Amino acid sequence: MTAPGVALPLADDALILSHRLAEWAGHAPVLEEEVALANLALDLLGQARALYAMVGDEDALAFLRNERSFYNAQLTEQPNGDFAHTIARQLYFSTYQELLYGRLATGTDDVAALAAKAVSETAYHRDHAVTWTLRLGDGTAVSHTRMQRAADALWRYTGELFHPVVPGIDYAALHADWTARVTAVLTEATLTVPPFAPRRAGGLGREGVHTEPFGRLLAEMQHLHRSHPGASW
Amino acid sequence: MPVTDDPATTAALARFERAVAAETRIEPRDEMPDAYRATLVRQIAQHAHSEIIGMQPEANWITRAPSLRRKAILIAKVQDEAGHGLYLYGAAETLGVGRAELLDKLHTGRQKYSSIFNYPTLTWADVGAIGWLVDGAAITNQVPLCRCSYGPYARAMVRICKEESFHQRQGYELLHTLARGTAEQRAMAQDAVDRWWWPSLMMFGPPDGDSPRTERSVAWRIKRHTNDELRQRFVDICVPQAASLGLTLPDPALRFDEARGHWEFGAIDWDEFRAVLRGEGPCNEERLAQRRRAHEEGAWVREAAAAYAAKRGGRGGGEGEEVAA
Repeated sequence: MTAPGVALPLADDALILSHRLAEWAGHAPVLEEEVALANLALDLLGQARALYAMVGDEDALAFLRNERSFYNAQLTEQPNGDFAHTIARQLYFSTYQELLYGRLATGTDDVAALAAKAVSETAYHRDHAVTWTLRLGDGTAVSHTRMQRAADALWRYTGELFHPVVPGIDYAALHADWTARVTAVLTEATLTVPPFAPRRAGGLGREGVHTEPFGRLLAEMQHLHRSHPGASW
Repeated sequence: MPVTDDPATTAALARFERAVAAETRIEPRDEMPDAYRATLVRQIAQHAHSEIIGMQPEANWITRAPSLRRKAILIAKVQDEAGHGLYLYGAAETLGVGRAELLDKLHTGRQKYSSIFNYPTLTWADVGAIGWLVDGAAITNQVPLCRCSYGPYARAMVRICKEESFHQRQGYELLHTLARGTAEQRAMAQDAVDRWWWPSLMMFGPPDGDSPRTERSVAWRIKRHTNDELRQRFVDICVPQAASLGLTLPDPALRFDEARGHWEFGAIDWDEFRAVLRGEGPCNEERLAQRRRAHEEGAWVREAAAAYAAKRGGRGGGEGEEVAA
């Protein structure tokens, strides 16, 4: 297995989360969210494509690698669940991505240029997630319960986000910033910050170790491409 | 024409018809006959419903799109369709109906959507066939609506037609790539065109002799052309495009009529058309069930948004979120 480098894990995060968000098409709770979720999916897919271009052929990278050669964080591959699960995943990930890209953008390499461009997209993504976390957390009793359940269920996958990927980034400081921001949003949403430490503290996804739903995601995503080796689309 | 004995109503109707005949745009606050309003509500709502249901057959392939470029194009297209639905519900709302009410009519089968979306997308090539043929037929139908007498609908159509023609070119290009690809890809493209051709011709509606509302809609400048005129225009456009794709159209009766300057085509299976409209097409039940499920499963989300907005409004801060419900 080749070393994943810097661009590949970031690209895989964006590709896989984009795929999950696009699964909402035609299923969203309001039409405005059909537009918004597709918009998020498109932004992330655009980021993935730009990052893959730094590594090699985007389609070979997306469609011809197996589970053990993908380096996305396990959080990004978690199934959509109900709308609250999708929003919790978005809150955790977009907060992480905005902070990470903000730091990366101060560099001088290709990834820095991409991060600088993507940071405004991630700010929008975070705004969307924050707004919905507040509405669901501080909406009705039902939505409060669902949002709390989602925040709790996905919390264990957040530790992995701070497993070092990019050299020169202070991941401990990133984690502290992330925790402060997420805590503020959950608190304002009248939710409780999950009282247990994230269990997924290792670099699992970053080392190509994934959760069970991920294999099925890849089977669906790659089936057509793999069925026609060498074809152009 | 509605018949009335009330002189005031008769005079108002005459004023309205003179204005429409003079190509005056009718705006939401203008006086309009009840039947004009009702016809527009029905037509715009059903157009909006078609955009929303029409997301499903294409979204069916998003997660399996064979390249990242195609995946991005397809997500963007489905997103555009949701946006078109929103414009159109907005246009319908200017006539005094609410979106929730219209969606309820869709969900309970009291309003229809285009028959075409009751056909399944069985292969990737169907995504291209939908772009080329279905969007092509939609554009042929909709470009004249950019000059429709009702201002909000006409303006929505200007925006929608621009995006639709983009989708149509992308669909054509997708098929073009397949038709020049491997033998399997080429067969996939031909099979998709074979399955989508006739349903696309049905999108123009019943033949003129069997289209009771056409005459009045033409008089009121809601429609500009009859169903058969538009269908002929579409066939005339598609035949040379099929040739340049290197694909055939599944109609042995197709031949150019020099005298008329148009392509002759075979008989449409109107029994099938009527069956699909009655709800007996291949996917009618699935399409409506998915739409209802999305709406019902999203109820708690909409309720949360409304409750949150009410609370924030109650706090009087002016910082309340605008709610999309």
